[in-house]
Amino acid sequence: MANAAIGRSVPRKEGRSKVTGEIQYIDDLSFPEAIYGTVIRSPVARGKILGVHFEGDFPWDEFIKVTAEDIPGENRQALILNDQPCLAVDRINHREEPVLLIAHPNKHLLIEARKHVRIEVEEETPIYTIEDSDAKKEVIWGEDNILKKYRVEKGNVDDVWASAHKVIEGEYRTGAQEQLYIEPQGMVAKASPEDGVTVWGSLQCPYYIQGSLEVLFGIPADQCRVVYAATGGGFGGKEEYPTVIAGHTALLAWKSGKTVKMIYDRAEDMAVTTKRHPSLTRHKTAIDKDGKLLAMDVEFLLDGGAYATLTSVVLSRGTIHAVGPYLCPNVRVNARALATNLPPHGAFRGFGAPQSCFAIERHMNKVARAAGLTPEEFRNRNFLNKGQRTATGQLIEENVDMQGLLTTALEKSDYHAKKARFAKENVGQRIKKGIGFATFFHGAGFTGSGEKHLASTLGMEADRNGRIRVLAASTEIGQGANTVFSQVAADTLKISYDAIDIEKPDTEKVPNSGPTVASRTSMIVGNLVAVAAKQLLAKLREAQLLGDEYTPDQFNSACDQYIEKHGELKVISEYSQPPGINWDEENYQGDAYGTYAWAAYVAEVEVDTLTYVTEVKDFVAVQEIGKVLHPIMAAGQIEGGVAQGVGFAVYEKVVWRDGVMINNQMTNYIMPTASDVPEIRVFFEEEPYAYGAAGAKGIGELPLDGSAPAVINAVEDAMKIDIDFIPMLPEDLFELIESAANNGQGEE
Amino acid sequence: MRSDVTQYEMVAPKSLDEVLANLSSEPGKWTLFAGGTDLMVLMESGKLAPKNFLSLWGVKELKGISYTDDSMTFGALTTYGELQRHSKVREYFPMLIQAAKETGGLAIQNRGTLGGNIANASPAADSPPGLLVYDAELELTSVDGSRWVPYDGFHTGYKQMKLGEAELITKIRVPRPDPKGVHYFKKVGTRRAQAISKIVLAGFGLMNEGAVKTVRIAVGSVAAITLRCHKTEAFLTGKSLNDSVIAEASEIFGGEITPIDDVRSTGRYRRQVGKNLLKDFLESL
Repeated sequence: MANAAIGRSVPRKEGRSKVTGEIQYIDDLSFPEAIYGTVIRSPVARGKILGVHFEGDFPWDEFIKVTAEDIPGENRQALILNDQPCLAVDRINHREEPVLLIAHPNKHLLIEARKHVRIEVEEETPIYTIEDSDAKKEVIWGEDNILKKYRVEKGNVDDVWASAHKVIEGEYRTGAQEQLYIEPQGMVAKASPEDGVTVWGSLQCPYYIQGSLEVLFGIPADQCRVVYAATGGGFGGKEEYPTVIAGHTALLAWKSGKTVKMIYDRAEDMAVTTKRHPSLTRHKTAIDKDGKLLAMDVEFLLDGGAYATLTSVVLSRGTIHAVGPYLCPNVRVNARALATNLPPHGAFRGFGAPQSCFAIERHMNKVARAAGLTPEEFRNRNFLNKGQRTATGQLIEENVDMQGLLTTALEKSDYHAKKARFAKENVGQRIKKGIGFATFFHGAGFTGSGEKHLASTLGMEADRNGRIRVLAASTEIGQGANTVFSQVAADTLKISYDAIDIEKPDTEKVPNSGPTVASRTSMIVGNLVAVAAKQLLAKLREAQLLGDEYTPDQFNSACDQYIEKHGELKVISEYSQPPGINWDEENYQGDAYGTYAWAAYVAEVEVDTLTYVTEVKDFVAVQEIGKVLHPIMAAGQIEGGVAQGVGFAVYEKVVWRDGVMINNQMTNYIMPTASDVPEIRVFFEEEPYAYGAAGAKGIGELPLDGSAPAVINAVEDAMKIDIDFIPMLPEDLFELIESAANNGQGEE
Repeated sequence: MRSDVTQYEMVAPKSLDEVLANLSSEPGKWTLFAGGTDLMVLMESGKLAPKNFLSLWGVKELKGISYTDDSMTFGALTTYGELQRHSKVREYFPMLIQAAKETGGLAIQNRGTLGGNIANASPAADSPPGLLVYDAELELTSVDGSRWVPYDGFHTGYKQMKLGEAELITKIRVPRPDPKGVHYFKKVGTRRAQAISKIVLAGFGLMNEGAVKTVRIAVGSVAAITLRCHKTEAFLTGKSLNDSVIAEASEIFGGEITPIDDVRSTGRYRRQVGKNLLKDFLESL
């Protein structure tokens, strides 16, 4: 047989075309007849629309104009709830909310003209914070501003407080974060009542868009075609938002009868698209005299922005990850997502878990200190082990060894020696060094029964030369989906990696393998590739064209003969839930995820006390991820995620003013550069997961969860100061040191 | 791109005379375009009103670095890259090198110019603090001829400067500093590269028999212009440096700067870090 592809760093399927620039992103696709569309947006965060005025010296009659009245179907973004209109009608709920659409063949005239459309509004008082929304200072959504709530109960925390050795409380915050994919969002659409709607775009989830177009245009799914264009990064930012752009572009195309192109520039993309949900987490924890956890009471609050979008699902993941990989007999998590008048927040790599993980990993350090234990010893006494149950009551049946991962990470980073040395050498030094860690887990795939409800399907087709084509809606967004699918197909079929092709996602050509989200593509869809490959082999064997052992040539010839006789060789695989997964959506109890990836990350920092600047100097990431399918890409996932986590911790701050991001440029939204990120040393442990592709678990989101708390725990070590929020910028550290100096805390 | 490039006029003269003639025949019409590293950012974001540009990029008279025993002279079009590659600049003017290294990234350093950095008049610019501390002079030229003016005092307010409509900056001259002096340059940016300063401080100091003989201090991003701190300098001159002198200097310095809150940082932070950097500089003397 051919060399196994899995476990080797085979060349990326689309690598050459990306390096040469041959690949075509949405703005590269040629539609010579296209006119340009843009969105006219609300100038205030909350109010009533009184009128729209076309001002200035523009040939307004040449412009295509679309308002809500032009929508042939329902005026809503079909997602989970129906609260978000495609175009605002009389109410405005956030800055930059789409009110009307205009298009013109001259792009520059369009850009100039849009400045002269005035939306007349009667302003109302907006709310911008979790606290204001929770206190119902203004009720802006539903009856109580609550977009969604969950409650997880295990045992009874209230029985514990009185008799506990110690009770430790803490409050932690995380900020919004921009995905900052390298390619801004964009779509091209053709649409007419006769031919239906076709959109091409930069996107993660073709079938989400198809579903929304059905509702918006009131036409059947088979008249809504969604075609993927090469997509330059997503990180969740192209999970739900492309639906909005697709709808807008298609409405302009429908009304004008012309092809319409709408490409956001960076400034528009950053100001209007979704970001990571800001969070506020309150922890109350009881321990016994041995430093064992007795009770954990958590209040987990997210700022959802003005509409529900995917917030309920983000809240769900954050809720389930809220107590970390620890064993505790009594747990209560009360989670609420609250509406504010900010643009809706949405999916971003980690999806709620980085928020609650920051809180728990900061809090565990605080609890360790109260227990008189090192952060390491405290965690070792409380890690969740095989045979024990999580907060939702899920029995851990996989071979988990958090203590082993932590020990490895501490050894690789020389943690103990450094910690001791820094403590001694920092005294009197301008540069304070520190080292800290976080231990965490990440559930892979959709939560609970999500994968069952998705019921993903995937196709595989052979041609007469034995070339295989994988048909999936999962998109290559830089993460390596095409490569992994090809590796799995090649090894399962025992043919060459080079004999596999991946069909371009197009709802007319590929079945719905589900959205490209939730660290599910390699693990779940990759496994559908393996299942399909086995079905394909079974067909050939049933037809007695292939034996148990065969060469690639024999495989090719078998395909040829099969197709000769039957016309085609094509199979469809369907997801089937692994046995023993039970999830009670009502009570948030049961098996939250099919499996988890487990990790221990160590960060080393230097804090300059002249400038209050924190720099991350070393980073060790140790994780157990089932099976490493492609060593370079797997390490790349971790390195990229850690870099984003470092940004989340100490660089990236969305500056809001009057409900809109005002640092919406790469010059002033400060993402760390290569100079700011240290070498990231990545180590994998493997415990194959029986239901993941070749044993793989999901890893895409994992590195975002633990990076930020590891960095901040290291800053705590360097500065001996409590930090309970991120992003923690030099300005923040300065203020913390000032107030600590006033209160007698801290070293200086 | 939020601007329509067809709405901008650009003329690219090949000689200085041609530039000067254009400036003189239609004063106020032309905006000078050197490396364009700031103008292009504004154009991209739609914040640059349609203008008539005179591109200086092809004007040879504005290029080149020359030096004598006493001073070094930079053509206004000297790029940050050229500065860094010049061994004599590295030897005599380390602060200009450090500023050049920390400006933007390599692409910016190959386009951005000293003259452009001065004329763009951003208080956050990286090279002006060093130039001020090195007592730079500017050659301003019009069809009527050239004149040399001290760089200190050239900027009069936010984006305001003593430059006539028909004039342009042609040269920048810096006297060679005393070889025994201490050069101090610290840019506190938003990150290590591709960063605009939150505060930038340059200092040059020379001690004599335990007392400050010469001290010059300039600081960026804490006022409407890059600020030469004359009061602090005057106070320090002749003094022996100890904790109480440094503390008093810090107070005077605090009175000279007027930092504000903006999208990059806070006034409080800038004030404190400015003081920290001043202290760090003085302790290095």
